[in-house]
Amino acid sequence: MKILVCIKQVPDSAQIRVHPVTNTIMRQGVPTIINPYDLFSLEEALRLRDRFGGEVSVLTMGPPMAAESLRKALAIGADRAILLTDRFFAGSDTLATTYALAQAIRKVERDYGAQDIVFAGKQTIDGDTAQVGPGIAKRLDLLQLTYVAKIEACDPEKREIVVERRAEGGVQVLATRLPCLITMLEGANEVRRGAIDDSLRAARAEIVTWSAKDAEIEDISKCGLRGSPTIVKKVFAPTPRSERAAFVEPATSGGDSAEAVIGAIFARQPSLEEDMAKLARGF
Amino acid sequence: MIEEKFDAIVIGAGMAGNAAAYTMASRGLDVLQLERGEYPGSKNVQGAILYADMLEALIPNFREEAPLERHLIEQRFWMVTDRSHTGMHYRSDDFNEEKANRYTIIRSQFDRWFSREVQAKGAIVISETTVTELVSDAYGKVIGVRTDRRGGTIFADVVVIAEGVNGLLGSRAGLRPAPKPEHVALAVKEMHFLPRETIEARFNLHGDEGVVIEAAGTISKGMTGMGFIYTNKESVSVGMGCLVADFAETGETPYGLLETFKAHPSVAPLLEGSEVKEYAAHLIPEGGYNTIPQLFGDGWVVVGDAAQLNNAIHREGSNLAMTSGRLAGEAIFQVKSRRDPMTKQNLALYKKFLDASFVMKDLKKYKDMPKLLHTQSHNFFLTYPTLVAKAMDNFLRVDGAPKLDKEKASIRAFVKERTLRGLFGDALRLARAWR
Repeated sequence: MKILVCIKQVPDSAQIRVHPVTNTIMRQGVPTIINPYDLFSLEEALRLRDRFGGEVSVLTMGPPMAAESLRKALAIGADRAILLTDRFFAGSDTLATTYALAQAIRKVERDYGAQDIVFAGKQTIDGDTAQVGPGIAKRLDLLQLTYVAKIEACDPEKREIVVERRAEGGVQVLATRLPCLITMLEGANEVRRGAIDDSLRAARAEIVTWSAKDAEIEDISKCGLRGSPTIVKKVFAPTPRSERAAFVEPATSGGDSAEAVIGAIFARQPSLEEDMAKLARGF
Repeated sequence: MIEEKFDAIVIGAGMAGNAAAYTMASRGLDVLQLERGEYPGSKNVQGAILYADMLEALIPNFREEAPLERHLIEQRFWMVTDRSHTGMHYRSDDFNEEKANRYTIIRSQFDRWFSREVQAKGAIVISETTVTELVSDAYGKVIGVRTDRRGGTIFADVVVIAEGVNGLLGSRAGLRPAPKPEHVALAVKEMHFLPRETIEARFNLHGDEGVVIEAAGTISKGMTGMGFIYTNKESVSVGMGCLVADFAETGETPYGLLETFKAHPSVAPLLEGSEVKEYAAHLIPEGGYNTIPQLFGDGWVVVGDAAQLNNAIHREGSNLAMTSGRLAGEAIFQVKSRRDPMTKQNLALYKKFLDASFVMKDLKKYKDMPKLLHTQSHNFFLTYPTLVAKAMDNFLRVDGAPKLDKEKASIRAFVKERTLRGLFGDALRLARAWR
């Protein structure tokens, strides 16, 4: 099987610090990681490869330093890494990102053969849109399986895959033909630690690096800021609520404590007391 | 799996490991460096002060690229009691030189830069990988390592052990004894964030100038230890360290001491309004010259903290680490270029280099100091600071008592506490250990 996994390098949100004076995010020194949701997709791709043979390519779009994340993906076990990097891509919203990635995936298929499955993360921890995976599927006309909790069966010969998909109100079991695009749910699997030879291979690997031109992207005006209709009008921190939680001192008996709590609630919501009183008269 | 074989494997990506890997890689050796942290620097803790000279020996133009915080223009030594400090300060505009001698750094940032330099020289650096075992052949020669990742042995002509103070690997392999509680200090520190201007105003600094405060006295409650305050660009590192054996004996806690130090009337105003964003703890080898283990053997050398190379009196560690790493790398390169095997006999060259350097000379000079300060800790950290503070108070307070009486009272206090013999003995012991 040939599988492609789209990943993104993101700042480690657990380690982001806000400047105590200016309240802006201090990017300097904040480590970058592979978007954690992408790792579940990468692991699932590697499991399919280990079962059926073939190869796993990872693709990312980002600044040159995103190569670090690709190297990490190689160290986990991916076979090939492709970095799409060009100043034309700067400032892309999800529309422009999916355009560039879809074009790059076409180029991957021209260079390395048709892909049976394209994986993407459920969403990123920095943008949180959850639009890029489905967007790529739409642009490449792939069937899409989002929020997949489990791959139940896969038959590369019959070109069929069966998955469990977490949906509102329950679990769907879906069968689809290949090729398709899948986004995995977090916790769907346990991401492996690569072997030491994977680490050595990753350290020595040549990262395939494509500019917009290398990737043979047709319409450059659909990329980057120019291709992004989304406009961020304003960024602001929500104003903290002025109301504070009230603390009720514990009384000697449970009943008294309950009285005090109810009293505190009624003090703030007088209409509630009236309603309750009406209700009580009804009994 | 294809069998992997390197000229050298370096275990650890701290100052010593990076210096060794850099030296060997820049001379064309095939080097693999293994680091257990998430990235080089993620687990490394230091005050931290960088001594430029030793880095310059490796990377002459480091000032242009390395993430440096402030260059130090002032040193304050404080002898503290609970309510006072008697200080000796040295500040000089000569330290505002183009190539400054000492800088404060933040290790997580600095080490990442250092590691990138190592990689740029061609070494392969693999993080998140713990070496679990040194692999030896039938004759006891170290021939490679095994890691906590799947896969077999990675082979090398020589293994440079730069695993840090704990030295689990070296101890497990029987290359060195496990460090004893009286030979290691436990230091804790916090990073207090403050606006640049506030730091500059409070510490009397301009631009990138920096100051170091080192304090000893009653803050360590009679134990061998000291507190420190280092200025970074937008933060202040505040820490406190004492010998592990003392903590065990007294039941004091490191964080308790740090809280006391931070609340000291001379310290609290410097930190007022700051926001603590990080805290860390680290062991420091303090045993000095007498605790240095065997430094080389068949197929291995040990460098930096793992070799106990730390000058507790001058609070120098990272520069000894860097120099030992560089010299080990240099020795290995020389043995390699003569096409000699990495035997114990040939690797003795590393020890020879080290003996000729300031590293061993300094450590030898102070070889009796750690023991003296430990056995006499009550006198040096409680009695004397209290007596000095009393004398200073006596000297400065104007209360109508004749000066001669005041002086006599101060001297009497010293004699009463320590006896004449004790005073002479302490002076003599100190002078001897210093020499």
